[in-house]
Amino acid sequence: MNKVENNRAWFLVTPVFLLVAFSAVIPLMTVVNYSVQDIFDQNTAYFVGAEWYREVLNDPRLHDSLLRQFIFSGSVLLIEIPLGIAVALMMPTRGWTASASLILLAIPLLIPWNVIGTIWQVFGRADIGLFGWALNSIGVDYNYASNPMDAWFTVLLMDVWHWTSLVALLCYSGLRAIPEAYYQAARIDRASNWAIFRYIQLPKLKSVLVIGILLRFMDSFMIYTEPFVLTGGGPGNSTTFLSQTLTQMAIGQFDLGPAAAFSLIYFLIVLLVSWLFFTTITHLDKAK
Amino acid sequence: MAEIHLKALAHSYSDAPKGPADYAIREMDHVWKQGGAYALLGPSGCGKSTLLNIISGLLSPSDGDVLFDGKRVNDIPPETRNIAQVFQFPVIYDSMTVFDNLAFPLRNMKVPEAKVQAKVLEIAEILELQDMLKNKAKNLTADEKQKVSMGRGLVRDDVSAILFDEPLTVIDPHLKWKLRRKLKQIHEQFNITMVYVTHDQLEASTFADKIAVMYNGQIVQFGTPRELFESPNHTFVGYFIGSPGMNVVEVQRHNGGVTFNGVDIPLDDGLVDFLNQVPGNNLKIGIRPEFVHVSGESVLGAYEADISHLEDLGTYKILTFRLGGETMKARLDEDQEVPSGKAYVSFPKQWLKLYVDEYLVEDTYDE
Amino acid sequence: MNYSLKKKLGISAYIFFVLLPIYWLLNMSFKSNAEILGELTFWPKDFTLDNYAVIFSDPTWYMGYVNSMAYVSLNVIITLMVALPAAYAFSRYKFAGDKQLFFWLLTNRMAPPAVFLLPFFQLYSSVGLFDTHLAVALAHCLFNVPLAVWILEGFMSGVPREIDETAYIDGYSFPRFFVKIFLPLIRSGIGVTAFFAFMFSWVELLLARTLTSVEAKPISAIMTRTIGASGIDWGVLAAAGVLTIIPGLLVIWFVRNHVAKGFALGRV
Repeated sequence: MNKVENNRAWFLVTPVFLLVAFSAVIPLMTVVNYSVQDIFDQNTAYFVGAEWYREVLNDPRLHDSLLRQFIFSGSVLLIEIPLGIAVALMMPTRGWTASASLILLAIPLLIPWNVIGTIWQVFGRADIGLFGWALNSIGVDYNYASNPMDAWFTVLLMDVWHWTSLVALLCYSGLRAIPEAYYQAARIDRASNWAIFRYIQLPKLKSVLVIGILLRFMDSFMIYTEPFVLTGGGPGNSTTFLSQTLTQMAIGQFDLGPAAAFSLIYFLIVLLVSWLFFTTITHLDKAK
Repeated sequence: MAEIHLKALAHSYSDAPKGPADYAIREMDHVWKQGGAYALLGPSGCGKSTLLNIISGLLSPSDGDVLFDGKRVNDIPPETRNIAQVFQFPVIYDSMTVFDNLAFPLRNMKVPEAKVQAKVLEIAEILELQDMLKNKAKNLTADEKQKVSMGRGLVRDDVSAILFDEPLTVIDPHLKWKLRRKLKQIHEQFNITMVYVTHDQLEASTFADKIAVMYNGQIVQFGTPRELFESPNHTFVGYFIGSPGMNVVEVQRHNGGVTFNGVDIPLDDGLVDFLNQVPGNNLKIGIRPEFVHVSGESVLGAYEADISHLEDLGTYKILTFRLGGETMKARLDEDQEVPSGKAYVSFPKQWLKLYVDEYLVEDTYDE
Repeated sequence: MNYSLKKKLGISAYIFFVLLPIYWLLNMSFKSNAEILGELTFWPKDFTLDNYAVIFSDPTWYMGYVNSMAYVSLNVIITLMVALPAAYAFSRYKFAGDKQLFFWLLTNRMAPPAVFLLPFFQLYSSVGLFDTHLAVALAHCLFNVPLAVWILEGFMSGVPREIDETAYIDGYSFPRFFVKIFLPLIRSGIGVTAFFAFMFSWVELLLARTLTSVEAKPISAIMTRTIGASGIDWGVLAAAGVLTIIPGLLVIWFVRNHVAKGFALGRV
């Protein structure tokens, strides 16, 4: 669409600008301010320049949780995106079953994140939880509270349970936008189910998938509440993700300077990866 | 190669149809001969797309059979029916090039790549797509896209019929005739049965040798454009074909003919005899505006009518007049003298049609 | 086995997987603690509503729901009020700094809440908003407003400009055109935006917990109370969890017909 040049449009944007600036710029400035000072108490602080950045970048805790974070976000995307597409393809398209499966699938999305943690905390326990009990009774030695692998696996399974629906609903909506004639033409062209998926459905899903990947990357990279409730980051540090390392640093140990420096580095990583996605989206929009 | 026979075919979208109103297609018997160019003409909602989808196999009819060359194909899915279908909105595979689009059906059938190449090039040449084979299909214009979707039907050797579902809807007017001519040319070249669905009588008559007019789920007439014009078999065909449509007036029986509001119209003896034998009271007469004779002076057998309106359309004029309380139209040549106020109109016998229960009754054969 | 039967089996299996943990929570909420800890039962042996009674009889419990509903509703309203005109501006006009502003807005959706915890606490305390519904609603705007602008911009770009122009020619003023003509056209877009705003605000805990202490404390934060001296009160915890699912269910029920059309965020 051709847009009209009009700087008065700023009047329409001003409320958003002010609101977000209030909630984003002031706190961000505070964080920047902390990150270059050594703070002892309210009245005593020294300017330390880039000292904290140097310290944080060399901190093995950051390296470890960053690595865990990338492995986790990568696994999340690798499982949830294909699974979400598959679920969307299998969803009924009309009648009450369509509405019903839509509503049922959306349930996990609407549960507060700490309740999600609680649900899985209970569900996975060997004594009172169905999942833990079932695994143990078929002979799998499963205990997320003591075995790091089990804990990591449980957090991942929980995230898949929690968020695959989002990808599925996005894709479902994308699929509904394909006119019936495409499927009819494909049948007449003798396309296999795979060819229909590859040449009709997948191309139409491209833009919703970019949105899905973007949202899932951002949110899984910032994950905090669910693993915190489920495992508290343990056993050991096996499920301690970036957010949690950060909150421990800032609130638990009150290392404000390093925590602030850490925050900014963290923010920059998310920003960089998301920017890549964002440019992809605008490219797609333009190509249309 | 195929002759398509619809045998006692009917279709209802409801599971338990109660009356004729529940049927999208009412019981019909119809044959599309091998190699013919046919049009299926009718207003939207008359069931023509339903019928097309039944022929292609996208829909399975609730009653009756579809026969291809005498073989029942009801249970054969569209992919193995050897037909191609072109839809109202061009269906192309966005992510592929034009070449890959055309090659798609062949590759799905595992045709050797060398043959695919040859066949695609041949068809691209005919459709004048050879210069854009390497382009992404999604950047094409609407008429090029429609040619590509047609091409996907033509590349297949086994295709014996192509079905078109209002294929020119989204095409610019100045390109429509070009594409229609292309269709005609392909028809002559390939000896393929073509069925073309449209609601536009001009499109139908320029494309097809024979037109089937559909109304309310039934084929009410199947004939050449000339037959449809000169002797419409059903009052609907009269209305729908021609511009303006046929004048149709409700009448009662009368001594030696029929009458409406004091206007007596004599009929041939054969028709009068026939009228006396049928019980129905739904009688109508129809005459095309082209055949209404208009004169300024009173002549033998003419009726006096009030002129209400004259439209000059350049090459011809439409005269609207009132006769016996009914509004009727006449189409006059541009150079014909037009009386003002009153006119004397007459209805030449060979063009005056009688309809009983909406269907044409003709003198020549007594049913 | 044919293709559509496979599909049905597949989707049923997945929905079973989705519902299983919820069934377990529901099952537990109707049991006494003794039964929960005693043995594993697939159905409550002694069906009891005691756990729910605990919640509905204690204001510190049920006020948590009221608080959550209050700041979530407030957030959805603020988000839509500011995002609608902004999205219109982005979809219709070019103006100085538009692209930069749009990207900057989106970056806030990417800011990890953990980064902002402490500064938020200080900021809202210093302006006297700490422990109010408004504080949480405003804080949630940080990630909801950018998303809302983004979604709505997609829907609005799908509405042809000619509609705006026709309305002006017909003598509509901008506000009247916007409310009477334009908003109804993007109804499903607004529905989906509200759904997303509700969803992300309702499920968020970290900011909500940090910015409240007593007066505006959300239900999800109160749930930690079940961990008492005598261990965890599993039954009440499960009942509280079940109750947090219900508002979400109601919301999805209302937007279910818009989801198929609207969930693609106007970008297909």
